[in-house]
Amino acid sequence: MFSINTRNRHGIAESKAGIVSKLGYTLLYAVLIAVAAMQLFPLVWLLFFSLKNNQEVFNLPPLSLPMNPRWENYAKVWSSGNIDVYFFNSVWITVAATLLTVVLGSLVTYAVTRMKWKGSSFVLGLFMVAMMIPVHSTLIPLFSLFSKVGLTDHPLSLILTYVAFNMPITIMILLGFYYALPKEVEEAAIIDGCSVNRMFIQIVFPMTSSVIATTAIINMIYNWNEFIFVNTFISSDNYKTLTVGVQNFIGQYTTDWGAIGATLMISILPILITFLFLSNRIVEGIAAGSVKG
Amino acid sequence: MDKVLSNKKIIALYVLPSLLLILAIVYIPIVLTAYYGLNDWNGIGAMTFVGLDNYMALFVDATFWNSAGHSLLLALFSGISLILYLVVAMVLAAKIKGANLFRKIYLIPMLLSSVAIAQLWLKIYHPTNGVLNSVLESLGVANPPAWLAESSLVLYALFIPILWQYAGFYILIYYAALKNIPASLEEAAKIDGANALQIAWKIKLPLVMEVIKVTIVLAVVGSLKYFDLIFVMTDGGPNGSSEVMASYMYHQAFRAYDFGYGSAIGFFLLVICLAVTWVIRKLTATKDTIQYS
Repeated sequence: MFSINTRNRHGIAESKAGIVSKLGYTLLYAVLIAVAAMQLFPLVWLLFFSLKNNQEVFNLPPLSLPMNPRWENYAKVWSSGNIDVYFFNSVWITVAATLLTVVLGSLVTYAVTRMKWKGSSFVLGLFMVAMMIPVHSTLIPLFSLFSKVGLTDHPLSLILTYVAFNMPITIMILLGFYYALPKEVEEAAIIDGCSVNRMFIQIVFPMTSSVIATTAIINMIYNWNEFIFVNTFISSDNYKTLTVGVQNFIGQYTTDWGAIGATLMISILPILITFLFLSNRIVEGIAAGSVKG
Repeated sequence: MDKVLSNKKIIALYVLPSLLLILAIVYIPIVLTAYYGLNDWNGIGAMTFVGLDNYMALFVDATFWNSAGHSLLLALFSGISLILYLVVAMVLAAKIKGANLFRKIYLIPMLLSSVAIAQLWLKIYHPTNGVLNSVLESLGVANPPAWLAESSLVLYALFIPILWQYAGFYILIYYAALKNIPASLEEAAKIDGANALQIAWKIKLPLVMEVIKVTIVLAVVGSLKYFDLIFVMTDGGPNGSSEVMASYMYHQAFRAYDFGYGSAIGFFLLVICLAVTWVIRKLTATKDTIQYS
């Protein structure tokens, strides 16, 4: 009798908890979906109006589908103006700066974690403290230094600054990975008479390829979107990257919303496509890079 | 083996290029910023040493203190929204199906360039054709405001896209930290009769406290030096009502050609960022860190 009673009471409690948790989960999902809608809505709207003409943008509801998608908006902005030049500048400057950063960053991280020398922790500290320094505080002297050596309006001014300012976060992400790397392989290689250079190139660099990919992607995102240095250092259209080029270009099209939308879409598509294919790596990389800070 | 790994030439080869670069691009410019701030200089002609005049002028410059106030307000808003992001991350980490998809969607705005985001939100806020006012009008609001043209509204209108841009980043950091908490702790608490709120407040929150401190520093310092969206969307206007410290520095140096004064602002920005980092770290320092691994 007694035992049945308890089982009963237990059963009632359980079903009650079931209802509560179902309600709870629905509520949780509602919150998550609302946040997702807020994050996506402006972008969906952008995609839609990039495929409309002004009349459709202004007279139809904002989220109405573009019935006859006007792809000519894209063709128009790509061929008129300098968008193609800006685009390829963005591509090669991003790639060059990213490659330099991960290679130089790997060399430093290797020397700091694997090699034995006085001052290694001091040098590492110099790189880490640089992370706290606002780029704006270096803007005026960098501008005057680059003018003095003839590097203003030169892509090298961008590449050098991107490499320097992305070096700390790159080393920080690599560091955790290097510390976890087993030393046995390298020890065996040294006993066999392998030189440090060969060991770095043939053993360590390939072993770290996954974390290098992560840091490379994070570097790419930063470099592709960088604004203030391009805006300050580069004045001629031949060297501008998309971020600043798009800004000037839109000035000429203030009333053609379809053209503006298409220009913006072109400037964000490469990152969105990269994200579509490599989102796990990017998400993990950003999480790893920031939590350790 | 130690001999191989302490080869001075190789260490120099690996470390020096990056070290010289970071000294030239980050550390030397900081020293120069402080020095330029002691001079009267238009960026081209000769410098005249004026001692602390620029720094003194800074303290009685009402426009500067207004912009500092705006930066501080942004820091306050960013700090408060961290609570919201933490709640969303807790929901996301509560064994929810599709959590991975949600955190990826949330991150998308953070991948886009500030110029694209700024242009997009300029369109959202457009007084006659923007999404926001179209929706308000369809809801029966007769004269919706011109969000970015009214000095009492512009700052708050700018905060929304800034918070929107970084929401996914902080949610991701919190999510990663929460996922690091071993499930056994939560199970043990449940057996002891703790409800979801108690588990969140008394178990999860203390365990992610270290990460919360990092995000507070990131959010506050990031806000104090914030520049991009404000520069593109309003350029500090109307009438300085959305000017922040970094944009004021830019205007003084590159528009008013007062590089000395601009540098003084730049140096102040650096000092305040480092000081705030230090103060937040001190205030939130705990003697015993909780171990849970």
